[in-house]
Amino acid sequence: MRLPRIRLERRLHMPRYMLVLSLAVSLLLSLLAIAMLFLMLGVSPLYAFQRIFQGGFGSLYGLGETLAKSIPLMLVGAGLALAFRARVYNIGAEGQLLVGALMGGGVALYFPDMPRQMILPAMFLAGFLGGALWALIPAILKARFRVDEVLTTLMMVYIAYDVVRYFVYGPWRGPEERGFPYSAPFSDAAQLPLIGATRIHYPTLLLAFVAALLLYILLERTKQGYEIRVAGENPPAARYAGINTGRIVVMVLILSGGLAGIAGVGEVAGIHARLSPPEGISPGYGFTGIIVAWLARLNPLASIVSAFLLGGLLVGGDAIQVALNLPSATINIFNGVILLFVIAGELFSQYRVRLEVRG
Amino acid sequence: MIEFIVSVVSLAIPAGTALLYGTLGEIYAERSGVLNLGVEGMMIMGSVTGFSVTMVTDNAFLGVVAAALAGGLMALIHAFAAITLRVNQVVSGLAITMLGLGISGMLGKRFIGLPLDGRLTQLNIPVLSDLPILGPMLFQFNVLVYLSIALAFVLWFVLQKTHWGITLRSVGENPAAADAMGVNVIRVRYLAVVFGGLMAGLGGSFLSVAYSPAWIEGMTAGAGWIVIALTIFSMWDPLRAMAGAYLFGGVRVLQFRLQPLGIPSNVLNMLPFVLTILVLWLISERAFRRRIGVPAALMQPYSREER
Repeated sequence: MRLPRIRLERRLHMPRYMLVLSLAVSLLLSLLAIAMLFLMLGVSPLYAFQRIFQGGFGSLYGLGETLAKSIPLMLVGAGLALAFRARVYNIGAEGQLLVGALMGGGVALYFPDMPRQMILPAMFLAGFLGGALWALIPAILKARFRVDEVLTTLMMVYIAYDVVRYFVYGPWRGPEERGFPYSAPFSDAAQLPLIGATRIHYPTLLLAFVAALLLYILLERTKQGYEIRVAGENPPAARYAGINTGRIVVMVLILSGGLAGIAGVGEVAGIHARLSPPEGISPGYGFTGIIVAWLARLNPLASIVSAFLLGGLLVGGDAIQVALNLPSATINIFNGVILLFVIAGELFSQYRVRLEVRG
Repeated sequence: MIEFIVSVVSLAIPAGTALLYGTLGEIYAERSGVLNLGVEGMMIMGSVTGFSVTMVTDNAFLGVVAAALAGGLMALIHAFAAITLRVNQVVSGLAITMLGLGISGMLGKRFIGLPLDGRLTQLNIPVLSDLPILGPMLFQFNVLVYLSIALAFVLWFVLQKTHWGITLRSVGENPAAADAMGVNVIRVRYLAVVFGGLMAGLGGSFLSVAYSPAWIEGMTAGAGWIVIALTIFSMWDPLRAMAGAYLFGGVRVLQFRLQPLGIPSNVLNMLPFVLTILVLWLISERAFRRRIGVPAALMQPYSREER
């Protein structure tokens, strides 16, 4: 018997409903695949799914936690959607987030007496600059020397881990921390206000909404955005049209890095109120943001929705950890499988798939 | 001084061995034109499989073989996505890494904190291991360490001196031309990617069965990313990969030795990544690229219809 051969034929035009349909099918299939994996690993998938949904979306408390966790995901996801549209693969948002948190936290630590109206904007600004700076190094290498940004942005994540560790284990360790790697707590003025008893730091949430909207307008309604899309969809055409692709690379990396940096400030000023080692600041929001962007089909506005979904998944993941006694890494299965099916689904909306049996 | 060197070298080689396995595999995958960012996930799957199978069967050999197969299976998913479906290789690789971290966490839960009896012990090469200085420095390792060294030489030879190697390289350089010459591009790429996964799995099992026999969740701790870095650092050459792996392994070892001298361990820890960015920058020059042989078709999916 011969194996059937898989052939892909490019669709000449893609109807809009295909986009939604393929997303829905991908999500469904990924749930099915995860269910099968869970069965194989001896965990009842129905029970696990129900617990996750309950945990993330089934109560007011859960919804609040979900929204809190979706704030950094929105910021990172919207920025990455922009970068990926330009076909600039910034996969180092985690590092940019951490350096943003470090810079914003630095402002909080050095100016404990500054009034709230000044220090919070200063922290966000420092965070944006930190994230942008971290992305600028790969940006310049790519724009000027054509160094592949996939690897440089990723390497910068690991450098950021150690930069943050250096500070919280070293010079910025708080005097009262008795050997624990934490900075001194931020002054009250340097902590973000929350909604009621939740952990929703609404100034950052507002920033995330505004950022997603602005990026959407930039991408869909301006000449710059048009150039970004052309550079991403058809690089040779962009070159013939005289589009300065180097400038686009630098711009999208600075924007996506800066927004990741703001997300970092939101975490340390809104949730933790001090600096801690990398894994304490972010459980990998920078990497989850990649899925957020892809799930949103690289649309910055839609990233708000997909960030909320993945935020819920994170919260639900914590819930099954407790309920089913599963390790925290379990949630990575969801992330990985969903990502695989979403990129595959995108393909099926662009191509017709033919199975050919020959022989 | 001599004692210091002996101890650093004898520690650096095992410390770099898991990296070497992973890098040798990634070199072959990338030489065929496929970037595999899933190495971290494949290594951790190797670690958990190697440990659990060794634990259950009391046979480290079976454990290592099963680990390699686990890595190969993960690689097969990446191969299907990247080669057949031609999806974005970067995203697919990342997804594989997440998947591996998740599955290994679940699989390994019951093995946390358990001691391993059937572990691989060190193999003193007769006569040579009794040599002064050189003996303890180079000839008292685990059998998997020797295997990785032998593989580095064999894989270098295959890549540079045999027909197979030429085929592999041509697929990564110019798949259309290779296809025209009658090479089955898809098959070569599948084989190379799956081979890469086997090696990553093997490297992962070295960590959990030999180097520090235990299962710790996420125990590869970024080794898979260092492998990606090392592949570039070694400029896609198996022998340079060996030098690079021991260098990076040595950095790991020195971290603990140099701390008392006032060099923060963080600076040494980030060194491999800084060096890799520098190497990427250096090899960005066109002429230089050509001379050292960056696979020209890296990350470019191939299809007859759209060439």
